[in-house]
Amino acid sequence: MVLKVDPSKKWTGPTRPYDIIKEGVIAVVVVALLAAGLSLFFSSPDEKAVTLKSWSNTNAPDFVQTATGELAGTTTSAGYGAPYNHAAKGPTLGPLKLQDWAGVRIPVDPATSFVTEPLAILNDSSTNDAVTAWKAASADQQGKWATAYADALGKKPDAVSLEDTANAFGPVPTMISSLLVMAKTGALDGALTTSDTPLPTNFTKPLLFLADSEGYFGDLAAKQHLGGDQWGVMNETGSWPGQSWLWLFSLWYQVEPFKSSGNADTLVMTLMGFLTLCLALFPIFPFIRKLPYKIPIHRLIWKKWYARKL
Amino acid sequence: MSSTEKNWTARLRKSTLESMEPQDLLPDNQPAYVASWIYVFGVLTIASLVMLIATGLVLTLEGPAWWHVSSVGHFWNSMHLWSVELFFVFMVVHLWGKFWMAAWRGKRTATWVTGVIAFMASILTALTGYLIQTNFDSQWIATEAKDGFNAMGIGAFFNTLNTGQAILLHVALLPLAVGIIVVWHILLVRRKGVVPPIDNDATIEGGAF
Repeated sequence: MVLKVDPSKKWTGPTRPYDIIKEGVIAVVVVALLAAGLSLFFSSPDEKAVTLKSWSNTNAPDFVQTATGELAGTTTSAGYGAPYNHAAKGPTLGPLKLQDWAGVRIPVDPATSFVTEPLAILNDSSTNDAVTAWKAASADQQGKWATAYADALGKKPDAVSLEDTANAFGPVPTMISSLLVMAKTGALDGALTTSDTPLPTNFTKPLLFLADSEGYFGDLAAKQHLGGDQWGVMNETGSWPGQSWLWLFSLWYQVEPFKSSGNADTLVMTLMGFLTLCLALFPIFPFIRKLPYKIPIHRLIWKKWYARKL
Repeated sequence: MSSTEKNWTARLRKSTLESMEPQDLLPDNQPAYVASWIYVFGVLTIASLVMLIATGLVLTLEGPAWWHVSSVGHFWNSMHLWSVELFFVFMVVHLWGKFWMAAWRGKRTATWVTGVIAFMASILTALTGYLIQTNFDSQWIATEAKDGFNAMGIGAFFNTLNTGQAILLHVALLPLAVGIIVVWHILLVRRKGVVPPIDNDATIEGGAF
């Protein structure tokens, strides 16, 4: 005869000795020994942080092209939208303007924040004149100068400055050359991190600038298999395990329709939110709540108990 | 409504202290069916959380840059890293074990839901930990993760590029949240008892709520 057990009732059947405190202490000791052993054998990765200084000294042409792109408004940051600026409308999900609902709460105008504001602290007359000329020009004129210089740099990818033979670049070459000098000395890192508060804890501006780089920051990440198409966020530098628990989150970015969607972040975040809700609601989903009965893995888990009943 | 039912203190005492007997909270015996290796993973998850808090506290003593310049600091960072790796391995095995045991039976849905919330809160806590490594990995993760949060409008409030914000979230608010949820989860387990085996004919589920 099968003993029927109502799981909502307090257990009144046979028991076995158990020491919850002893079990807990042994578990902590076991985990401590495991962690210590793994730490001694495998240590942990520490790939040194990069800076605007290391970028400009390692790949000055990329720095120059990116900085010019900030003035031309062609970088990712310059066209980002909320929460940094109004340059673009953020992705939507049906009628929901998800990216825009909170507005611009972390204002960053790359041309100003990354270029003209830092240059203002330089005590250099030619740079000051160039910045003054830039600010005095119309937005249309600024765009023409910056775009012309960006196009010219694009044709000479190894160049860090170009002669303005056609008088088309305006003050841009002077500004960018001065910015490169600042960056190479490390002054630009300091300028961007202290622009809002004198003691920096917020690295939004230098990181956004670095992330706009096409030939440095992204390349370093790709070499460490951290790219978005390499299951990036769940990986760690070197051969260490990373955030493997983000595997499902990373998976969606590797498959269609998310892989080629310009709205991938919104779609993946929404999907993961929905799946998380589903996980929490497993107990009330008719099909899922019956799965443990249909696939009897519980027979293995309670093998001793079932054997005892027989 | 009686005066006792209106009294907040009496209601709190009734729903906490009086809802559980000392034997439920600190048992020296368990139902005979609690005899499987799968039960070990719950306590191992908690043990890993204890290790995470302990190693994290050691790291707070010298600040976030300590481990870059000190071999002792690097060792404790490694301990913290491997503790979190073990924590998630144990937690995921525990979660799947509970799924195949249909552990929400017998009005244990709240136990399941608090477990899922603890899992999600742990993922967010771990992410903030990766953000405050102050090395290349943290820089890259910050710039990538910002797009996900920004896409939902959350980035306006949780700025992954703001290391100071991530540090405070990681060492204060989020561990506190995980700790509270885990304690709540454990108390629910102790109050309801360990879910019994699924009967052969599975006619009695005891309800999810």
